[in-house]
Amino acid sequence: MSLFNVFEIAGSSLNAQMVRMNTTASNMANANSASSASGETYRARQPVFAPMMSAAMDNNQAAAGVQVLGIVESEAPLRREYRPDHPAADEQGYVFLPNVNVVEEMANMISASRSYETSIEVMDASKRMLQRTLMLGQ
Amino acid sequence: MPSFDDALGIHPQALALRAKRSELIAANLANADTPGYRARDIDFREVFADEASPAKLRQTNGRHLSTLGADSSGYAIKFRQPLHASIDNNSVDAQAERAAFLDNALRHQASFTFLNGRITGMLAALRGE
Repeated sequence: MSLFNVFEIAGSSLNAQMVRMNTTASNMANANSASSASGETYRARQPVFAPMMSAAMDNNQAAAGVQVLGIVESEAPLRREYRPDHPAADEQGYVFLPNVNVVEEMANMISASRSYETSIEVMDASKRMLQRTLMLGQ
Repeated sequence: MPSFDDALGIHPQALALRAKRSELIAANLANADTPGYRARDIDFREVFADEASPAKLRQTNGRHLSTLGADSSGYAIKFRQPLHASIDNNSVDAQAERAAFLDNALRHQASFTFLNGRITGMLAALRGE
């Protein structure tokens, strides 16, 4: 029954967007977590999305949901700031700040929230279509 | 003797195809942020003409080739032509897909209304009131 697959597909999207929202929240929260060594500094994290092709092939259906393959850390250079009064400052008075781009994260958050809304609307519309089908002949 | 299927006309197939199409569009919307994903859809007119035509070639075995493109469900699924290129090779236009989903849902409702009318009519005829 195709309409029930819609819930699976939209549900996978809700899950993926939630992971994206979580990484964004984590990045924003740690945007100013300074540390004294570059190895210990927080790095921006991003989820990697991919279509759920294998599951779709197994169930003999053409439509595929979305899955999170994993979370990667950004390779962008860390920010190095001169703050001799900071408790985590090294001998030269420098601290390392995470490579989080706050503006990018904000845009990411809005995009994730819009995609989440769209999936909810798709589920709602499918629910109404199914309910209508159940009323057939009444 | 005509069967009940004939009385229902093309509407049951149309309803099933609408449900199938809603699944495809939901998948496009779910993958709106997936890099490299290509949006897909069925050409409703083409698939439906094949479904409803009396001269349809029946596939009685899973290994028989479809007259349309290859897919397990027998529908020809095509890639959507993107209106503009995107940096991550994703061809989903979320707004267009939402519009297509809404359009599909409305047409599903139309098919449902027609089918329901046929069934109500048959029930009235059976009761003979």
